[in-house]
Amino acid sequence: MLVTRKKPMIVRLSLALAAGLAGALMMGAGTPATAAGGEAPHIPREDWSFSGPFGSYDPGQLQRGFKVYQQVCAACHSLEFVAIRTLASPSGPYFSDAAVKVIASEYTVEDGPDDSGEMFEREARPSDHFPAPFPNQQAARAANGGAYPPDLSLIAKARAAHAGFPTFVFDALTQYQEAGPDYLHALLTHYEEPPEDVTLAPGMYYNTAFLSGNQIAMPPPLSDGLVEYSDGAPETVDQYSRDVSAFLMWAAEPKLEARKQTGMRVMLFLLVFAGLLYFTKRKIWSNVEH
Amino acid sequence: MASMDSSEPTRRDFMYLATGAFGAVGVAAVAWPFIDQMNPDAAALALATTEVDVSSMAPGQSITVSWRGKPVFIRYRTEKEITEAKDVPLGDLKDPIARNENLPSDAPATDANRAAEGKEPWLVMVGICTHLGCVPIGEAGEYDGWFCPCHGSSYDTAGRIRKGPAPENLLVPTYAFTADTVIRIG
Amino acid sequence: MSGHSTYQPQGKLAKWIDSRLPILTLMNAQAIDFPTPRNLNYFWTFGAILMMMLVVQIITGIVLAMHYTANTELAFASVEKIMRDVNFGWLLRYMHANGASMFFIAVYIHIFRGLYYGSYKAPREILWMLGVVIFLLMMATAFMGYVLPWGQMSFWGATVITNLFSAIPLVGESIVQWLWGGFSVANPTLNRFFALHYLLPFMIVGVVILHIWALHVPGNNNPTGVSVKSGQDTVPFHPYITVKDMFAMVVFLLFFGWFLFYIPNYMGHADNYIPADPLVTPAHIVPEWYFLPFYAILRAVPSKLGGVIAMFGAIAILFFLPWLDTSKVRSGAFRPLFRQFFWVFAIVCVFLGWLGAQPAEGIYVVLARIAMAYYFAYFIIILPVLGLVERTKPLPASITESVLGKKSGGGAQPAGSTAAPQDKG
Repeated sequence: MLVTRKKPMIVRLSLALAAGLAGALMMGAGTPATAAGGEAPHIPREDWSFSGPFGSYDPGQLQRGFKVYQQVCAACHSLEFVAIRTLASPSGPYFSDAAVKVIASEYTVEDGPDDSGEMFEREARPSDHFPAPFPNQQAARAANGGAYPPDLSLIAKARAAHAGFPTFVFDALTQYQEAGPDYLHALLTHYEEPPEDVTLAPGMYYNTAFLSGNQIAMPPPLSDGLVEYSDGAPETVDQYSRDVSAFLMWAAEPKLEARKQTGMRVMLFLLVFAGLLYFTKRKIWSNVEH
Repeated sequence: MASMDSSEPTRRDFMYLATGAFGAVGVAAVAWPFIDQMNPDAAALALATTEVDVSSMAPGQSITVSWRGKPVFIRYRTEKEITEAKDVPLGDLKDPIARNENLPSDAPATDANRAAEGKEPWLVMVGICTHLGCVPIGEAGEYDGWFCPCHGSSYDTAGRIRKGPAPENLLVPTYAFTADTVIRIG
Repeated sequence: MSGHSTYQPQGKLAKWIDSRLPILTLMNAQAIDFPTPRNLNYFWTFGAILMMMLVVQIITGIVLAMHYTANTELAFASVEKIMRDVNFGWLLRYMHANGASMFFIAVYIHIFRGLYYGSYKAPREILWMLGVVIFLLMMATAFMGYVLPWGQMSFWGATVITNLFSAIPLVGESIVQWLWGGFSVANPTLNRFFALHYLLPFMIVGVVILHIWALHVPGNNNPTGVSVKSGQDTVPFHPYITVKDMFAMVVFLLFFGWFLFYIPNYMGHADNYIPADPLVTPAHIVPEWYFLPFYAILRAVPSKLGGVIAMFGAIAILFFLPWLDTSKVRSGAFRPLFRQFFWVFAIVCVFLGWLGAQPAEGIYVVLARIAMAYYFAYFIIILPVLGLVERTKPLPASITESVLGKKSGGGAQPAGSTAAPQDKG
C-alpha cells in the first residue's frame, strides 16, 4: 500500500493531476498536523501486516511485541485502557485462555475495600486492566526525572508525523493509516550520538525521529538480545521495535480486523446496489431527455 | 428508446424487484449493530466472578454481596433451619426444580440440591424474588426463610418458594468453595 | 408550485385518515407528484444526501449517547469503552465522527452548487437564508461534538473557540465565563456542550423542514436558471428524482465507507487520542478541516476583535448574498465572466482551508490576507458590479428547449421526439 513512495515522479504527478482537485476539495486541505514548529523529522514508512484493505494482525508478532512491552516498556509506561482478557482475541495476540490466566496472575491489582474498609492487593484476573507502574502522574514524573512516560494504550493513534500537500491526498487514496506505528518504530531505532554542535540538557537523549525536537527524556529502551524470543525471530533492536509497534497498534485499535472485514462486505454490497440502482435509474429515465 | 420499458415489462419489473429487495436487505443488515449495541458489552460479560471470604461468619448469620450488580445472599444456616428444610416433602413444593446452576436443570429441589455441595449449612442464592425482581427480606415470612415485601412471596429456609405469586425458587448461581471459607461466585 | 396533484386516497382507512389529517395528500403532493425540473444534474442530489447524513448522525448520536459519559473524569475512558467493549461500538463511533466530515463535504458541495447556479436569487432568498442558518447550526453542533471525547484537541479547541467571545468589548470576559460555567473549560462546560450537542440536531431538523417548505413554494432551481414554464419542463418527483437521489446516496455511501472502514482517523487529529490536559497545549492546534477557511480568516487579521469580526462576517455576508448579486440571470452557465470569478472564488476557499492548517506566520499570513480580501471582494464588489457590466449569453426559452438542443449538439431536433413525462395517465 506504499505505492506512492516507490513510484517514479512522473506517475506521482499524473496521479496528482487525477486526484489533486477532487482530493483537495474534499479534504479542504485539512490534515493532522502534530509536528512541532521547525523542521519535522522524516519518518520512514514500513511494511505492516495490518496495512491495506485486507490487512490483519500477525498474532506471532503481537505476542512477541507484548513480551517486549511486558519486559521493557511496562517498567515505566501504563496501558490503562487495555483489559488483560483481550490478549486472547483471535484478531489480536491470540493467546490461549490458559495463557491469559497465567499472564493475569503475574500482575497484582488493588481491590477493595474489604469488610474492614481496607484496600487490599490481589492477583489480577483476565477481566482486569493492566495495572499502571505508578499510582499517579506525579509519582511517574518524580521517578523519571520530571518527565511523564505517557500511557501507551492509544500511543499508536496519538502520534503522527505531519504529512503536507500533496502527500495527504495520496494517503487518502492509498489508505495510509500507519503513521503511528511508523513513528514508534522510527523513534525506537533513531537514538544517536548528538552532533557536536548540540548540547543535551541533563537527563536527555538525542533522537532524530522525536516529534517535539531532538531531545527526548526516555533513555534508549532496547538493545540487541534484550528480550528472549522463543519463535526464532531475530533478537535485534529493529525487530523488537517492529514487534512492539505492531503490538501497540493492536492495543490502540483492537477492532481493526473486524473493521476491515466488515468494510469489505459493506463496500461490495454498496457497489452491487449502486449498479442495480444505476440501471433502474436508466430504465426509468429512458423516456425522458434530460 | 422511448418504448423500451413498455416492450420489456418482465425485465423491468425484475430490475425494480431486485433493487428493492437489495435495499431491504441492506436496511435490515444496518439495523443489527444499532440493536446489538444495547446488549451487555465485552467488559460486562468478562466481569463475572466475585470472591467472598466467609471465615468470620457464625451459624445464623447472613451476608449480602454484589455479583454482576445483583445481590447474592450467603447464609450460614442453623441446625434448626436445615432440619426444617429437610422435613418438607417434595410434593408440598410449588416449584419442584432445584434451580441450581451447578446441577442439571431437572434436579429436584431437595435441601441437598439447594445447599452447597458437601457443606450443608451454606446457602448461596441470588437475592432477587422470582416474581418481579424485588429483594426479599431475610428470616421473615411464614416459613422462616425469606419474604418479599413487594407482593408477599414467602420462601422457606432453603430459599424455595412456598406461598405467593413468585413462580420459582430463588436462583442458586454458579459458585464454588475455592478454599474452606472462600466462595467464588460466577 | 404546490403541484396540481389529483391524488385521491385509495381504500377506506386511507380515506378515513386523510379526511381528518390530510397527510397522505400532503406527502403525495410534496414527495410523489411534486413537479421537478427534468434537467437537474447530479449536484442537485446533495440535498437528499444531506438528509441522509443528518439521519445517520442523529441515529448514531443517540446510540452513542447511551454509552457516553459527559464528565471530565470519565469522558475519555467512556469513549474508549465504546471503541473496545461495546458491541459494534467502534463502528458507531467511527460512523459518527467521519459522518460529521461527510456531512460537511456534502454541505459545501450543496452550497457551491447554489452559488454557481444562482439558487439564492429571487424568489428563493428565504430558502437560501434558511440554508445559512442550517450551516451555522451545523458548525455549532460539530464544534461541541468535537469537545465531547475530551482529548487534547477537544479541550484546546473548546478553549480557543470560546475565547473568541472575549474579543467583545466590555462584556467579553463575562460572556466567556458564562459559556464556561467557571474560569476555564471544565466539567460544567463539557456537560452543557453535551446537552446542546444533543439538542441542536433536532433544531437543524426543524430548520430543514422550513428549508424544504421554502423550496417547495417556487420549486427547484435548475442548471439553466430558467424558471419552469410548463408541465413539459418537469418530471414528477417519484420515481424520477427518488431513484436518482437513491443512486447518488449509495455512491456517496461508498465514498463514506472508504473513510469509515479503511482510514477512519484520517480526518481527525492524532492529538485527540491524548486525554485532555489543561496544563499543556499541543504544539500545533488546528480545528477540524471544515472550519479551516474561517480559521485562516480569523488569523489573517492582526487585531483580536477584528479577526473575530472578519470570521463571523465571512459567514454573515452569505445572508446578504441574494441582494448583493445584481445580475438578473441566475445560472453561471450563461455568465462567462461570473464563471471565471466563481472558480477563482472556489479555489480561494480551498486555499484558505489549506492556509488554516499552516502556522500563522510569515508568508502564510500575507497569503491569507490576499485570499481573505478576494473572499470579501467577491461578495461586496465583484457580484454587485458584474451584474451591471456583464454581457450574458442568451438564455434558452425554456428548460425543455435547453435539453433538446443539447442532445443534437446545438442543431435542430424534432420536438415531437420527446415524451412529455409530466402527462400523467
